[in-house]
Amino acid sequence: MKSILLGTAALALTASMALAASHGAVVRMGTEGAYPPYNFINDKGEVDGFERELGDELCKRAELTCEWVTNEWDSIIPNLVAGNYDVIIAGMSITAERDAVIDFTQNYTQPDPSAYLVAPGNEGLDVSKAVIAAQAATIQASFVASNGATLVEFATPEETISAVRNGEADAVLADKAYLDPIDAESEDLVMLERTELIGGGVGMGLRESDGELKAKFDAAIQSMKDDGTLNALIAKWEIGEAF
Amino acid sequence: MLCYLTTGKHMAIYVSVLVVLVLLAITAVTALIFGFGGAMAARSRFLPLSWFGKGYIAIVRGVPDIAFFLFFVLALDIGFEMLRHGIKCPDWTAPIWQGNDFVVCPEAKLPLGNAPQWVHETYAFFLAVLTFSIVFGAFAANVLYGAMRAVPRAQLETAEAYGMTHRQTFWRVLVPQMWVYALPGLSNLWMVLIKATPLLFLLGIEDIVYWARELGGSKTPRFTDYPHGDWRMWYFLALLVFYLAFTRVSEIALDRIMRRLTHGQATLAGEAQRKAAT
Repeated sequence: MKSILLGTAALALTASMALAASHGAVVRMGTEGAYPPYNFINDKGEVDGFERELGDELCKRAELTCEWVTNEWDSIIPNLVAGNYDVIIAGMSITAERDAVIDFTQNYTQPDPSAYLVAPGNEGLDVSKAVIAAQAATIQASFVASNGATLVEFATPEETISAVRNGEADAVLADKAYLDPIDAESEDLVMLERTELIGGGVGMGLRESDGELKAKFDAAIQSMKDDGTLNALIAKWEIGEAF
Repeated sequence: MLCYLTTGKHMAIYVSVLVVLVLLAITAVTALIFGFGGAMAARSRFLPLSWFGKGYIAIVRGVPDIAFFLFFVLALDIGFEMLRHGIKCPDWTAPIWQGNDFVVCPEAKLPLGNAPQWVHETYAFFLAVLTFSIVFGAFAANVLYGAMRAVPRAQLETAEAYGMTHRQTFWRVLVPQMWVYALPGLSNLWMVLIKATPLLFLLGIEDIVYWARELGGSKTPRFTDYPHGDWRMWYFLALLVFYLAFTRVSEIALDRIMRRLTHGQATLAGEAQRKAAT
C-alpha cells in the first residue's frame, strides 16, 4: 500500500515536473508598446520602458526565459485567454471586471492617480459635464462613462491626446505617469489640478488556469518590493508613488 | 531627416512593405487555385460536389469580409490546436475549455510555446494568407465559373465532333479560352485584394498601417532621440501614394496581359486585333 502511494506520488511529481519543464521553457510577455513610460517601442524597434526592465528582472528572479510580444490593447485579454502569450504586462490596472476573466499578480505600482489634460485657457472646465477622451477598455473610460460626462473612446493612447489637440474632446483622462511627460513637452496642453484616484494599481495578467506561473511572478514581485529594487525602477521611470 | 528614416523602427516599416508584397504574391496564386477548384466543383456533374462548390461561393460572397477575417483566423487556430491536441496528447484529462481559458497541452500549441518569435509571426502570416485565399478564392471561383460558361458553345461542340473526351475538351479547349473572359473580373479582384491588405492589421500582423500609425504618433524627447509632433498625416500620405502607385502599375501590367490573351480569340476585341493586323 505504502509503495503504491509512494509510486503514485512520484509519478505525479515527475508528471508535474515534466509539465513545468515544458511550460517553463519560454514565457511570452504580451504588452501594448504604445504607453510610455510603462511600455513603448524604442528607436531600435524593441519593447522598452518601465515594464520591460521590470519584466526582465522578474523573469531573472523567477528563473524563466521570457520573450516580448506586442498586441493591440483592444484584444490584449482575448489573446491571452486564447493562449497566444502567457502574461499581460501592459500597465493594466487591477479591476474586479478584469479579474473575473483573468487573474492578476499582486500590484507592482501604487494606484496611480489619473489626470486630465486640457487646452490652455480651459482650466475651469467642469469635467463632469465635458467631453472627455479616454482609451477604450481602460479604467479611465469606465470612470468617465459612470461619471455622467460624455465619453469619446479611442483605440490608442496617442489618439486620445490628438482628440484634445484638434478640439474633438475637451479633455483627456489617463494615468498621470503617461500624461506627465506629454504635459512637460507640449505648450498647447495643460494639466488640471484635479486628479481621480481609480484602479487598484497595476499588476500582471495571467490565465486563470495558470496558477503556477502566477505564484512564481508573485514571489518575484515580492522579492523586488522587499529589497527596494522595485522602488528604484519606479523612481527611474517616474511611475507615481513608491511602495 | 535621413536619420529619422533609418532608425531601427523605420527598418520595421520597410520590412512590412515586403511582407505585404509577399502576401499578395502568395495569396494571388493560392486564391486562384481555390477559385479554380471552386469553379470546377460548382460545374461538376456530381451533385454533392456541385453543391459544395456553389455553397462555398455563396457563403463567402454573402458574409462581410471583415467578419470572415476575424472568424477564420481564430477558428483556424483553435481548430488546428484541438486537432493536434487530440493526436499528440490522448492521455490529457483536463478539459480544453476551462472557463474562459482555452488550454491545450503544451505539445499541441501551434507554434510551440518555446518557438522563437519569428516562427510565431510566420505562423500568423500563413493563417492570414489562408484566410485571404479562402475569401478571395470564392470570388475568383465565381468569376471563373462565369468565364467557363462564357466560352462559346460552338467551340466545345467542335471539340466533341473531333472526338475529344469530356476531360480533353475541358483542359484543351475550355480552359485556354476562358481566361480572356475571366481576366476583367480577376483584375478587379486583384485591385480589391491590394486594397484589402491593410486588413492584416486587424489580424494582429504588424503591417504598414500599424507602423505608419506607430511611427507617425507624436514622440516626446524623453523616450526617443528623434522627437517629433503628430506626423501621422504624412505617414498615411506615403501609404496612399504607395497603394496608388501599386494599383497603377498593376493596371498597366493587366492591360498588357489582356492584349496578349485577346490575340486570336473569337471575341470582339480579338476580331479587332485581327483586322488591324491585316
